[in-house]
Amino acid sequence: MKLTPFIVGALSLALVGTASAETITIAVVNNDDMIRMQALSPAFTAASGVDVNWVVLEENTLRQNVTTDIATNGGQYDVMMIGPYEAPVWAKQGWLTPLDALAADPGFDIDDLLPAMRGALSVDGTLYASPFYGESSMVYYRKDLMEKAGLTMPDAPTWEFIGKAARAMTDRANDINGICLRGKAGWGENMAFLTAMSNSFGARWFDESWHPQFDQPEWKATLDTYLSLMADAGPAGASSNGYNENMTLFQQGKCGMWIDATVAASALIGDKSTVADQVGFALAPDTGLGKRGNWLWTWALAVPKSSQHADAAQKFINWATNKAYIETVAAKEGWANVPPGTRTSLYNNPAYQAAAPFAKTTLDSINSADPQHPTVKPVPYVGVQFAAIPEFAGIATNVGQLFSAALAGQMSADDALKQAQDSTTRDMTRAGYIK
Amino acid sequence: MARNVSTQAKVGFTIGAWAIALLLFSPILWVILTAFKTEAEAIANPPTFLPEHFTLENFGAVQDRSDYIKHVTNSILVSVGSTLLGLIIGIPAAWSMAFAPSKKTKDILMWMLSTKMMPAVGVLIPIYLIFRDLHLLDTVHGLTIIMTLINLPIIIWMLYTYFKEIPVDILEAARMDGAELWNEITHVLVPMAVPGIASTLLLNVILAWNEAFWTITLTSGRAGTLTAFISSFSSPQGLFLAKLSAASLLAIAPILILGWFSQKQLVRGLTFGAVK
Repeated sequence: MKLTPFIVGALSLALVGTASAETITIAVVNNDDMIRMQALSPAFTAASGVDVNWVVLEENTLRQNVTTDIATNGGQYDVMMIGPYEAPVWAKQGWLTPLDALAADPGFDIDDLLPAMRGALSVDGTLYASPFYGESSMVYYRKDLMEKAGLTMPDAPTWEFIGKAARAMTDRANDINGICLRGKAGWGENMAFLTAMSNSFGARWFDESWHPQFDQPEWKATLDTYLSLMADAGPAGASSNGYNENMTLFQQGKCGMWIDATVAASALIGDKSTVADQVGFALAPDTGLGKRGNWLWTWALAVPKSSQHADAAQKFINWATNKAYIETVAAKEGWANVPPGTRTSLYNNPAYQAAAPFAKTTLDSINSADPQHPTVKPVPYVGVQFAAIPEFAGIATNVGQLFSAALAGQMSADDALKQAQDSTTRDMTRAGYIK
Repeated sequence: MARNVSTQAKVGFTIGAWAIALLLFSPILWVILTAFKTEAEAIANPPTFLPEHFTLENFGAVQDRSDYIKHVTNSILVSVGSTLLGLIIGIPAAWSMAFAPSKKTKDILMWMLSTKMMPAVGVLIPIYLIFRDLHLLDTVHGLTIIMTLINLPIIIWMLYTYFKEIPVDILEAARMDGAELWNEITHVLVPMAVPGIASTLLLNVILAWNEAFWTITLTSGRAGTLTAFISSFSSPQGLFLAKLSAASLLAIAPILILGWFSQKQLVRGLTFGAVK
């Protein structure tokens, strides 16, 4: 049997390379807004002559891939989608190209970016990533259930009011839970919510010398409030509920209130919701200490230092995060579908205000979040619902598992806080923060 | 000698075997059914079994967003290329270990297997750096090389087991007749070991086809195979369940068909040497 020609043929096929003109490779997370950007990108290619190669990945896979690439100076990607957790850390490592060309372009209008977003993506006043989409968190509530309970939701409620309303709205016989909150463990799941909530109680992750603060009364007040609220008014099995589960519960009319991402608003008043005409919006609650329990997140586009096509990459970012892009999406898909939370001009636009009744609350929520000063006392880190240090994701996932276990009734709040304090102290000492 | 098995037991075994087979197949069946549902129906609670509104729109959407043909081509090049490359290296290696063993042969075999014991992520950074410096990132030949290296221990182990079954006397007879080493391997050994080589080939094509970790990490679009294609439709928000199913169905279809037609060789290959 003569195998040789076949083998040689197959191998030479496998070894054929590809040659092309200027092409940039873009890595983005998989969600509706990004898919829409991909679908509209032929317009960018037509205008600029730059071909675009898309890599669309699920959030955790994306993070693993882009982190590997940027840490090894690999150069696989020319544009990466990152968040305010990565931006300051990577910029300080010298891994990102400053977006100076973008900032200097009057057509880009950098001053139109929402200050909170611009601040979260800049280091020492230099922009390192341009926001494509942004969000905060806010309170969603059912107007009909609130009225039935004889209460009126203020625009800026306190935790005390939320507790009272949640207990009054709860109707176990009719499967109505006063409040639905995240319980699923993860630094981007329950810890995003609980860290933001703890800010409004004056708690902080670390003091100025990086000592964990779970043994302080502010964290105890946060966790006690959360656990008793969920015990009295939360849904069954809440310790496995994340963003998606709670959204489904609310859409099915099983939640009186829900505190979560502002980006959920359009889904709650959309076709899939059975309570679309009864949804009200309010700012995240506070305790009168001057900070509210809302977070700040953005998916932003950055150019790694290792990119061989940095100019073309910045051109693409200019196209995708420009005001003109928002108008293009609005013209094709309607104002309700534009990427929210990045530009002041969008919130001043009457057409958007008419299509999005939640626009004002969203904007106020984003503006009230301050990543540089997230909580009442001073902190050594940047970030509202996270601390922008490389170790945070691992540490907060551990703590999230403890708090989720406390919610499931597997341990007491005191035990969870004690273990959180011990494990975080150990990790921070090991990482060299605590001398 | 055949044992006597009562009809009752036969019926019991048949039902049991079918039940286990259906259980194992059910996730694939669910993917197939979901691929033809609308997105809303895919996440409906309680779920529907058969699609209420049979639709092909997911396949259209998947093709719109990604180039299926490009990914299939890459998958075929990488899986077939790496397997053939592996056989070229593996056949002589297995020959020498089976027919000219030394004291260290067992140790070498164990050492080769031990390379499979470390989790892939443990060598991610060194491999990534090597690929970067050799300009192999996001190339089909780079992926072919890594896949060859990953599967080489399995190829050598399988071939070694088959070759051990072949009586050494036949090879000696060929040598007596004046066959040189190359002729001995190509004209005597390989034809006799064709079933074993075929099943090694099939199994390794399947393993390389399904490999996800290195494929997703080392490619960024141009050289992506079908596993990278599927992963681009995965989303933790669960927004694209039907499209994910359609993408998965498209990705597994070729290998499923290949497996179907070659199951005889596969089963024979995998049980070869188990009973003497």
